[in-house]
Amino acid sequence: MEKFKKLTSPIIPLPIENVDTDQIIPARFLKATTREGFGNNLFADWRYEKDGTPKKDFVLNNPVYQGTILVAGKNFGSGSSREHAAWAIAGYGFKVVVSSFFADIFKNNAMNNFVLPVVVSESFLAEIFESVKKDLKMTLTVDLENQQITNNATGKFEIFVINAYKKECFLKGFDDIDYLLSKKEDILSYEQTNN
Amino acid sequence: MSKTLFDKIWDKHVVTTMEDGPTQLYIDRMYCHEVTSPQAFEGLRKRGLNVFRPKQITCMPDHNIPTIHQDKPIQDPVSRNQVDTLTRNACDFGLEYYPMGHPLNGVIHVAGPENGLSLPGMTIVCGDSHTSTHGALGAIAFGIGTSEVEMVLATQCVLQPRPKTMRISVTGKLGKYVGAKDMALYIISKIGTGGATGYFVEYAGDTVQSLSMEGRLTLCNLSIESGARGGMIAPDETTFEYVKGREFAPKGEKWERILAYWRTLKTDAAAVFDKEFEFRAEDIQPMITYGTNPGMGMSIDDAIPAATGTLRATPLQYMGFVEGERLIGKPVDYVFLGSCTNGRIEDFRAFASIVKGKKKAPDIVAWLVPGSWQVNRQIREEGLDKILEEAGFEIRQPGCSACLAMNDDKVPAGKYAVSTSNRNFEGRQGPGARTILAGPFVAAAAAITGKITDPRKLNIVL
Repeated sequence: MEKFKKLTSPIIPLPIENVDTDQIIPARFLKATTREGFGNNLFADWRYEKDGTPKKDFVLNNPVYQGTILVAGKNFGSGSSREHAAWAIAGYGFKVVVSSFFADIFKNNAMNNFVLPVVVSESFLAEIFESVKKDLKMTLTVDLENQQITNNATGKFEIFVINAYKKECFLKGFDDIDYLLSKKEDILSYEQTNN
Repeated sequence: MSKTLFDKIWDKHVVTTMEDGPTQLYIDRMYCHEVTSPQAFEGLRKRGLNVFRPKQITCMPDHNIPTIHQDKPIQDPVSRNQVDTLTRNACDFGLEYYPMGHPLNGVIHVAGPENGLSLPGMTIVCGDSHTSTHGALGAIAFGIGTSEVEMVLATQCVLQPRPKTMRISVTGKLGKYVGAKDMALYIISKIGTGGATGYFVEYAGDTVQSLSMEGRLTLCNLSIESGARGGMIAPDETTFEYVKGREFAPKGEKWERILAYWRTLKTDAAAVFDKEFEFRAEDIQPMITYGTNPGMGMSIDDAIPAATGTLRATPLQYMGFVEGERLIGKPVDYVFLGSCTNGRIEDFRAFASIVKGKKKAPDIVAWLVPGSWQVNRQIREEGLDKILEEAGFEIRQPGCSACLAMNDDKVPAGKYAVSTSNRNFEGRQGPGARTILAGPFVAAAAAITGKITDPRKLNIVL
């Protein structure tokens, strides 16, 4: 799996609260049996007209905004447990999603696909949205080693929380299944004790 | 040390813990449906792994399946492929499988408990956020992503950060035509769609205890809509009575032994929760939603409250409503009774009690979709089918149906649906569809009047 250490990128701002997984990837796109191809339908109903032409006023269709960091309003990823939402975000090319609050299942799904969810304070988030209004190409730097996110337009930074285990997974590029498979002995002994 | 119900079950399932990391939690049962499992099986094959504990996995398709002509192949080739993929995976890995049309098939969160596959004290997962439903039996049940489905297939474990605990107590007597769905929508409207994020909820209080098992399943089902990892209710005589004798429930001596254990599954008097909420049953009226998330709910005769918050899209614009508007009398186009929220026998009884002796409004399209074949059989045994058919309703075949419109049951753009399902997100019931969530009584009242109607005032209106 891909490792993650530090990233500086312009942002895609999505200043909407409660972006649910049905908006990230509508249910009708969930019929695939592979993990690929969901990026094309990320935010499909906000992004495309019925006939498939891009909606001009949606941020992903504005060529000014380029980058691999999505910045969204609070409670991002609420609703369904569909990992397709994380696949769509990863498939589109995002490496980091910044918000002041994430739904639990989405957060796990994102991390299992090496998309880093970064929780910032309400005020830090509001300031990013202000900065990007002034400079559409403003950048953020996400430094996982030091757990620090910096708004390069203002120079302000915050420390973000990630547990030591998950941080290690991102830095080294290994996943939960690798870890669990290494714990087979413990699982067998648990089963013996509890049966 | 005093423990909550959650602590007792969680602690019993810990395989390993790590410092500043998630817990390795043992999973007793996993359900797989066709939408969130194919990539997990594919991952297993890529790694050259087998299913570690096949007897603890149950598969059934529910999301994509049509609600008519289930005896024929699925028409939509993409849906058919997804269902066929589940069939193949269950067969290849030797897993218990209830295909479309099988007597034990249904929406997983309806069929699982009624088949006795979900039991008190268990840890239960499924690649589906409404897995919280099974917590009604006194279990830790929660939705997981597909990577986690793969983890359980490979090791029967998941890695989970230990959630905080919350108790939501409801006390007092519920009014007429106020049910578990109204309780849930009321709670979510008070604490918000992110109000319980990071927490595992225990529902308590005499109102909760007085609920039937069906009502408890409805209440726990909607836990995720306030962001909770899951919801649970301490098992009691209602639970044991419900479980006893079900197809896969323990029997004989095994039953007696496990029952003794189940009776210990309750929060100790001195246990402390990280957060507590208390509500009064008398404050809860029949509820409806007016916006595009389940937290945007109100009493049926209230006016739409003014918006709060600065960064919000335009849910009211999407719904075609304005602040201060009352929705009573508002014409609607579709009514959906069903889903893992309200597709159980009690919901059909509630719906039938309202429409008995009346007629479906002529312009209403009504989809009545039992949550499982067992519910379907019970509807017929109790003669509810006659009441519903005489009132002009047709009963369809089990599946998730219009809750998320992955099959043909889609609400057209701009149309209003009073729906007993769980989400009113934009486009959830079809692109552009406008969903008003409600319980079965309100849905039935809308189905016969063609508009939003307070079931308590039905006989005055007509």
